[in-house]
Amino acid sequence: MQELRDKYLTAVAETSDEGALEEIRLAALGKKGEISLKMRELGKMSPEERQSTGKALNLLKDEIDAALRAKKAALADAALDARLREEWLDVTLPGRPRRAGTIHPVSQVMDEVTAIFADMGFAVAEGPQIEDDWHNFDALNIAPEHPARQEHDTFFMHRAEDDPRPPHVLRTHTSPVQIRAMLDQGAPIRVIAPGRVYRMDMDQTHTPMFHQIEGMAIGRDISMANLKWVLEEFFSAYFGIKVKTRFRASHFPFTEPSAEVDIQCSWVDGQLRIGEGDGWMEVLGSGMMHPKVLQSGGIDPSEWQGFAFGMGIDRIAMLKYGIPDLRAFFESDLRWLKHYGFNPLELPTVFGGLNR
Amino acid sequence: MKFTLSWLKEHLETDAKIEDIADALTDLGLEVEEVVNPAERLAGFTLAKVTAASQHPDADRLRVCTVATDEGERQIVCGAPNAREGITVVLCKPGDYVPGLDITLSVGKIRGVESHGMMASERELELSDEHNGIIELPSGEVGQLFTDWLAQNRPEAVDPIIDISITPNRPDALGVRGIARDLAARGLGTLKPLAETVVPGTFDSPVAVRIADALKQKGAPLFAGRVIRGVKNGPSPAWMQKRLRAIGLRPISALVDITNYFTYDLNRPLHVFDMAKVTGDLVIKPAEGGERFAALDEKSYSLRAGDMVICDDAGVESLAGIMGGQSSGVDEDTVDLFLESAYWDPITIAATGRALKINSDARYRFERGVDPAFTRPGLELATQMVLDLCGGEPSHVVQDGAVPDTQRAYRLDTARVVSLVGMEIPEATQRETLTALGFALDGDMASPPSWRPDVRGEADLVEEVARIASLTRLQATPMARETTGVPEPILTPLQTRTGMARRTIATLGYNECVTYSFIDGAAAALFGGGSDATRLENPISSEMTHMRPDLLPGLLQAAARNQARGFADLALFEVGPAFQGGEPGEQVIQASGLLVGQAGPRDPWGSRRPVDLYDAKADLEAVLGAIGAPARAQINRKLDGWWHPGRAGTLALGPNVMASFGEIHPKILREMDVKGPAVAFTIWLENVPFPKKKGAARPALGSSDLQAVERDFAFVVDAQVEAITAVNAALGADKKLIESVQVFDQFTGPKAEAQMGAGKKSIALSVRLQPRDATLTEAEIETVSGKIVDKVSKATGGSLRS
Repeated sequence: MQELRDKYLTAVAETSDEGALEEIRLAALGKKGEISLKMRELGKMSPEERQSTGKALNLLKDEIDAALRAKKAALADAALDARLREEWLDVTLPGRPRRAGTIHPVSQVMDEVTAIFADMGFAVAEGPQIEDDWHNFDALNIAPEHPARQEHDTFFMHRAEDDPRPPHVLRTHTSPVQIRAMLDQGAPIRVIAPGRVYRMDMDQTHTPMFHQIEGMAIGRDISMANLKWVLEEFFSAYFGIKVKTRFRASHFPFTEPSAEVDIQCSWVDGQLRIGEGDGWMEVLGSGMMHPKVLQSGGIDPSEWQGFAFGMGIDRIAMLKYGIPDLRAFFESDLRWLKHYGFNPLELPTVFGGLNR
Repeated sequence: MKFTLSWLKEHLETDAKIEDIADALTDLGLEVEEVVNPAERLAGFTLAKVTAASQHPDADRLRVCTVATDEGERQIVCGAPNAREGITVVLCKPGDYVPGLDITLSVGKIRGVESHGMMASERELELSDEHNGIIELPSGEVGQLFTDWLAQNRPEAVDPIIDISITPNRPDALGVRGIARDLAARGLGTLKPLAETVVPGTFDSPVAVRIADALKQKGAPLFAGRVIRGVKNGPSPAWMQKRLRAIGLRPISALVDITNYFTYDLNRPLHVFDMAKVTGDLVIKPAEGGERFAALDEKSYSLRAGDMVICDDAGVESLAGIMGGQSSGVDEDTVDLFLESAYWDPITIAATGRALKINSDARYRFERGVDPAFTRPGLELATQMVLDLCGGEPSHVVQDGAVPDTQRAYRLDTARVVSLVGMEIPEATQRETLTALGFALDGDMASPPSWRPDVRGEADLVEEVARIASLTRLQATPMARETTGVPEPILTPLQTRTGMARRTIATLGYNECVTYSFIDGAAAALFGGGSDATRLENPISSEMTHMRPDLLPGLLQAAARNQARGFADLALFEVGPAFQGGEPGEQVIQASGLLVGQAGPRDPWGSRRPVDLYDAKADLEAVLGAIGAPARAQINRKLDGWWHPGRAGTLALGPNVMASFGEIHPKILREMDVKGPAVAFTIWLENVPFPKKKGAARPALGSSDLQAVERDFAFVVDAQVEAITAVNAALGADKKLIESVQVFDQFTGPKAEAQMGAGKKSIALSVRLQPRDATLTEAEIETVSGKIVDKVSKATGGSLRS
């Protein structure tokens, strides 16, 4: 028995290919294998002898079988290792190309602004970009002789000679959407209106088209102090840091009282920092809606009151994301689009954060 | 609007610091642009006293002085001839910056003797050009700040200049007095009373004045003036010259300077005619049109009919309220003059000024509105100043017209003020504010003063009260949402869709552009626009003359610009408005993607291949899927002219066009300077129908556990047969059993024709059969296969490829 064991285990250990291993298996454990033959002889033995020899034979059989299996696995592993060594690829080569798209900062910031104001109960209103002069001017208490209506910052649409109407304009601000929203929905109302606006101005810091966002809230007792709260909440959420505002008296035809609003900031080594320091930067115009504007929107100013504000989207995008030049917003330079653009899956939400 | 602090103090009794005044101005709505404070560069210099002075051992012209300073005695070597014992001097210490020398002092050794600082001359401190010796002060204590001494003894030397911007509603603040009134109302001092003068005339004016009837109602309500004879028009006094210079005006002569001074001091523009150059009476009338007028700015203007002018017998002498004429202007030889004070209608002045493009201080003020009631008092005060500065003898005043009635009153609702502003402002304070600003209160009715043409309603009273109370003090007050609980969505379905389209396209690898809404007429015409209806009357450049009819021209121009920069392969998109006409609302939202050049970079995997229409189609379908477009739209070839007629398609639901896609017409690429290939898609977002279903639940999933079977078929068809015909026919063969049909191959071109005949191609379909009740038998499969072959052959006119 011991002899058998030594013979086969040594053979298994010394084998180095699967074919020989199979031969060993057949020789030992095959139907006519040495151990199988020995098993057959058990029938001729006395019960006592059979029991002890049988047990020993079974143990031997299991032992050889285990050795065979282990060897087989080891040989397979070695063969696989050898193959894998041949299958080397250069992992530093580039992956198959996949374009990465981007969202323009104006769109991203519009979504950010919308998310914040939606949280404060504002809906999004829209209006046409070619406007009639009533919505763009008269309804907003901008009299025909007001400089803004006369001077060169308004784009006028061509008017056919046989058409007696005053020419339409490219809206100079998002404020006409106030009028349209009021006429559509009445009071109470809270809307913002982001969109393109147009002024005849083109230099280092101006483009003839830019983006504004209008905000308007009308209720029974909405005050300028509420406006300050809304704006401070907005700026703090938008910049991701507590931002104080400063209201300064000013003048707009469509609000009374009117205020220009500054946000707290400082310049450190030529870098602008919002929300700290004792400097102020003007960012928007605002005020309590003029009674005549409410009337234009079909709302009784003796019953309702509210605020409105208008702010440059491109400008707050520049402030937040450190974009230096407004003109580049509209040049579609691929390098710029990729550098300042946003991952399309970064949809701004209040719950997920607004700072990318 | 510029003024100096000392000028302000002519009207305002105040001890307030310049910083506080500046802050208050900005807060009041008179936004400070700049404060130039000469005291800043003199800060730190102190007074000292020379206690001993002796000859320098090695230099004849130098003296070694012992100087008592706030930090004890110092030795200073000085070359000034007046450096001597006992004089009070201005000390600059080592470390100080001396503006007139542009150096920072250090301890020096002059010819072997140490010198600890210097005693300054006026020029060295930029106070004047005086440099004959060091400053010798007649008073002052050792250690006293020089700026303090100057403020007490020579205030004009440290007079800060303040520059503020004035909103169009505040003409009253275009005079220093108006600014002082605001500050007084804020509590920063007391408004000094304005002297009231009536200078009696001693003779009748030899010149009469008359306003043409046409102008009395509107253009020129009031014209007054008088002759002053025997004046001497020399230079104006130093104090006046200093003030004018400080605000950037060049002193010219006493008479001119007086008119400028009144303009800025009291917002009372005046004009002076030289009587020697005026013939006959002065008549205010509308110009006939075509007259040439040589104005004081040395330019000649061609007048329009109706421009308001002042004429004498010789013709136009002045453009009323805007600018006087050269021919009757005063000069140093002027002896007799006519002093004009008038009130002109703002709209008339603005129209003429704008049309003739003349800017002047007078126009600026009259078109915003000067105080009509001050026309005569202003004339009297100016007369007095002419007499004081130039001598002479005044005539009686001549006048036509009358002060227009500006009397009006509005209700002050103090509770509403508090409610609107959101700040507790006591009623008494509100009333005090209005009174201080010149409003007359009668019960709760407030009458604005004659200098406030902007106050036109109750709301204006609120603004006055609020700005004087200070909006800086406003405390933020929370504004709750109108509803409680989780807010409802606020975006409209179209807004949500627009955002979804934008982010899907970007996810597909396109870079979002925002291009101008206006493009050049030629580009607009290429894309179906360029009509007069969409033309701008006053474009800012020839590149921006028409509203864009489509987003593609802007994207193609962007592509051309990027190609010029060396970026040949591009994926650009835009989501935004396109304009079909020139009326409000003739605007649609498009989403357009543009692929140009190669689909990928050169790489070891051969990814580089030209983009083709199937790239555009795949992206289009992905976007349409994302925005919930119905899956079964028809593709047709009703194409706009900018698409390749054979390599583009339109997706429509009946007549409703949802999108187009394909290759851009090569001619368009050439016109727009884009190197192709270029493919694109455009979606009309509003044209894609919204799903009708309500609720979020989806239909149950109809999946089967039975084995599906796939069978492939190849058909030989005419080359122009569209695959969709075969696919639809196959699908129709057994609508219940056939789950899907895919085109998995096509074989076209010369090799195909060689095999299958001229004008033929082969298309290969894979049909998936999904049994619902029992596993398919071979016989059943054969039956369906036969139907498929029949249907497809019939629909395409082709046959099964053998």
